[in-house]
Amino acid sequence: MLNYIKLIVLGLIAIFAMIAASYARDLAYQVHAIIILLVAAGMFMWTLRRTDEPAMPAPQNEYMDGVVRAGVIATAFWGVVGFLAGTFIAFQLAFPYLNFDWAQGYANFGRLRPLHTSAVIFAFGGNALLATSFYVVQRTSAARLWGGNTAWFVFWGYQLFIVLAATGYLLGSTQSKEYAEPEWYIDLWLTVVWLAYLAVFLGTIVRRKEPHIYVANWFFLSFIVTVAMLHVFNNLSIPVSIWGSKSVQVFAGVQDAMTQWWYGHNAVGFFLTAGFLGMMYYFIPKQAERPVFSYKLSIIHFWALIFIYIWAGPHHLHYTALPDWASTLGMVFSIVLWMPSWGGMINGLMTLSGAWDKLRTDPVIRMMVISVGFYGMSTFEGPMMSIRAVNSLSHYTDWTIGHVHSGALGWNGMITFGALYYLVPKLWNRERLYSLSLVSWHFWLATIGIVLYAASMWVTGIMEGLMWREVDANGFLVNSFADTVAAKFPMYVVRGLGGVLFLAGAIIMCYNLWMTVRRSPAVEADAATAHATPAE
Amino acid sequence: MSDKNDDDLDYETTGHEWDGIKEYNKPLPRWWLWTFYATIVWGIGYTIAYPAWPGIKEATPGLLGFSTRAEVAEDIAAVEAANAGIEAQLASAELSDIATNPELQGYAQNAGAAVFRTWCAQCHGSGAAGVQASGYPNLLDDDWLWGGTIEDIHTTITVGIRQPDVDEDWVRQSEMPAFGADELLSEEEIGQVVNYVMSLSGGTPQDAGQVAAGEVVYLDNCASCHGDDGGGDRFQGAPNLADAIWLYGGDYDAITETVHYSRYGVMPAWRDRLSEAEIRAVATYVHTRGGGEASE
Repeated sequence: MLNYIKLIVLGLIAIFAMIAASYARDLAYQVHAIIILLVAAGMFMWTLRRTDEPAMPAPQNEYMDGVVRAGVIATAFWGVVGFLAGTFIAFQLAFPYLNFDWAQGYANFGRLRPLHTSAVIFAFGGNALLATSFYVVQRTSAARLWGGNTAWFVFWGYQLFIVLAATGYLLGSTQSKEYAEPEWYIDLWLTVVWLAYLAVFLGTIVRRKEPHIYVANWFFLSFIVTVAMLHVFNNLSIPVSIWGSKSVQVFAGVQDAMTQWWYGHNAVGFFLTAGFLGMMYYFIPKQAERPVFSYKLSIIHFWALIFIYIWAGPHHLHYTALPDWASTLGMVFSIVLWMPSWGGMINGLMTLSGAWDKLRTDPVIRMMVISVGFYGMSTFEGPMMSIRAVNSLSHYTDWTIGHVHSGALGWNGMITFGALYYLVPKLWNRERLYSLSLVSWHFWLATIGIVLYAASMWVTGIMEGLMWREVDANGFLVNSFADTVAAKFPMYVVRGLGGVLFLAGAIIMCYNLWMTVRRSPAVEADAATAHATPAE
Repeated sequence: MSDKNDDDLDYETTGHEWDGIKEYNKPLPRWWLWTFYATIVWGIGYTIAYPAWPGIKEATPGLLGFSTRAEVAEDIAAVEAANAGIEAQLASAELSDIATNPELQGYAQNAGAAVFRTWCAQCHGSGAAGVQASGYPNLLDDDWLWGGTIEDIHTTITVGIRQPDVDEDWVRQSEMPAFGADELLSEEEIGQVVNYVMSLSGGTPQDAGQVAAGEVVYLDNCASCHGDDGGGDRFQGAPNLADAIWLYGGDYDAITETVHYSRYGVMPAWRDRLSEAEIRAVATYVHTRGGGEASE
C-alpha cells in the first residue's frame, strides 16, 4: 500500500517538475526542475520494480549503520570538493586571471565563493554531523534509529539539497544572504528534510534503553532544533513567480540585516559549535578511552552556551544602521560567551588527563586535541573581535576570514577527520586503520596549512585595517583601496599555499580510509555485528 | 603518583555509562568559574554605561552618553574645524594663484591626493596612469583631451564629460558619429581611412596602398574635428591622432571599431558630490602629476 502512495507522489512530482521545466523563467530554475524530474522519475522506476516484492524487515536489534557509512563517504567526498573550491578561489584572489573569460558568469570568484562556503559548511560539515549524530545517538541510546528508512530519506534529501544549492550558485540563483544563499524552493525542501532529521533523532532518543541522555545528544539536539528555527525565519520570502527562482525577502533594511546575522552567527554557534561539540563529546572519550572530565561542567557550559550564543549576532553589524543598543548587547553577550565556549575545550582536553602519553603514539587523538586547541583559540578570538573598538579595525578585513578559517579548518575540520578515522574501521569491521603514518602526514600537512592560512590573514587583515583608516595630519586618507589590495598580494599567495597543504592532507586521508576498507584485516564475524544493547 | 592519576582514585564517576563512556563529576575549574562570573559582572556594568536595554519606546541610553553616530560626527567636525580656514581660502583663490602660494599648494596636494584615491582611482588608477586602450586616460602625460591648464582640468572635474544635464554652453559635450553603424561610410572607405589614421602617427598601416584614398575620406569626414593634420581639437575633446597615444587602442581592429561604432567616454560631474574646495584640490593634484600646462 505504502508503495502505491509513493508511486502516486513521485509521479505527481515528476509531472509537476516537467511542467516547471517548460515554464521556467530562468536557467537555474529550469536546470533544477530537470534535476528534480530525473530524481523523481528514477525513484518512480525503482519503487515500481520493487512493488509487490516481499519486504525484508530490518533486524530491529541491530544498529542502522548503512546510512552512517553513506554519510562518512559523503563527508570525505564533499570535503575534498569544498577544500578544492576554496583553494582555487584563494588563488583567484591572488591571480585574478584565474577568473577565466570563458567562465565568466559561472566560475568567477563571485559564483564560486558561495559554492566553497556551502560545500565546506553544509556539505562537508553537514554530512559529518548527520553521520556522527546518527552513529552516536544509536550507540549512546542503545537503540536503532527511529523511523525505518526515514534516515535514508534524510541522507539523500540532504544530498539533493546540496546539489540544488551548488548548481544554483553557479547559475546565478541566490538570495544574496551569506550562508543562506539558496532560493525559496530549495529552502522549502531543506525544511522538509530537516524536520525528518529532527524526527529520526528525537524518535531514537525517545526509545533509548539508557536511563539518561548522554551529553553529546544534548548538543546534537540543540543544533538540530535551533538550525530549524534559524533556517525558517531567515528564509521567509515570497517567490516572484512559482515558475522562477527569484524571491523577495519579507524583512527589509536593518531588520533584514539583523535577521540575517542572527541566523549567520548562530549558524556558527549551533551548526559549527554545538553540533561539533556533540561530536567531540563522543569521539574524544572513546578514542582516549577515558571518562569525560566533568559532568557538572558539561551541564553548566551547555546551558550557558546555548542561552548566550543566540544573542551574539549583532556584533556582525557594529557601526552600521543597527541601533547602538543592539550592537552593545551583541558585544556583551559575545564576551560573556567566552567561558561557556571554553567549558567545552576544558572538558575535551581534561578528558585526556591520565592519557596524555597517547598524544605521542596515536595521531588520531593528536588530531582531536589540536582541533579542541583551535576551538579554544577561535572562541577567544571571536569575543575579542566582537569588542566595538577591535571590530572597527577588524571588520571587513581578511582578519575575519582568518578567524573563520582557524575555526573551520582547525576545529570543525580536524575533529571531523578524527571522527572519520575512528569511524571507518568500526563501520567497515576492520581491525585498524590502513596506515597510522599517513594519519601523521595528514595531521602535519593540515596543521601547517592552517597556520599558514591564519597567520597570513592576521597579517593582511590588520595591515589593510590600518591602511584603510590611515589619515594624514590634515585628516585626509593616505591610501586608496587599490593600494591595500596590491599590498596584500604576497599574503594571498601564502594563504593559497596553506589551502594546498590542507587539501593535500584531506586527499591523503581519503586514500588512507579507502585502503582501510579495501586492505585492512576484518574483525572476527561475531564481534562485528553491532547489537543495540545498553552498556550496563 | 602516576597510578593515582591514571585511575583518578579521588573521584567517583556519575555512575552512568553510555557505550563504554563514563563521566567524572569533577568540580568546575575555579579560574573558569571566576572568569565567567567576572565577564557577567563586567557585562552588567557595561550595559549600564552604554546604550543597551531596549524598552517600549527607546533603549537605555547608558550613563556615558555614548553614541557611534555622535562619535563620528565629532571626529568629522574636528577635522572640518581645523581645515576651515584654509578650505575657504582654497575655494576662493584664483586657480592660477594656488601654485604660487606654498601653504595653499601643500594643502591642495594632500587633500587632492585623498580625493583622487577615493573617487578617481577606480578608473584612472591609484597612480593616475589610467588604463591604456580601455578608455581611461592617463593623467601623467601631457596629452590632454579637453585641455591641461588648471582651469581646463577644474572645468572638466566640475561638469564631468558628456553629462546630459550640463547644458551651459555645451561644455565638455561632443559626439563622434558612428560612421559604419549609421552607414555614413562604406566598409571600404572605413578600411581606407583607418589605414590613413595609422599612417598619421607614423605607424605602419595594415595596407599601405589604401593610405592615399584614406586621406581623401579623412579630409571629407574627420578633419573638421580632428584637424587636417590629425592634431585634434581640445575644444571638442577630439583626440590627437598624430601621436602614438591611443585611448581605445591603436591597432587596425581597434581603430576600425572606433570608426564603425564611435566612442562615447563619460566622466561624472563631480560638482554633484564634491565641494568646490575638494574639486580645486584634486584639480591641483592632477595638474601637478606631470602634464599640467601653464594658464593662458
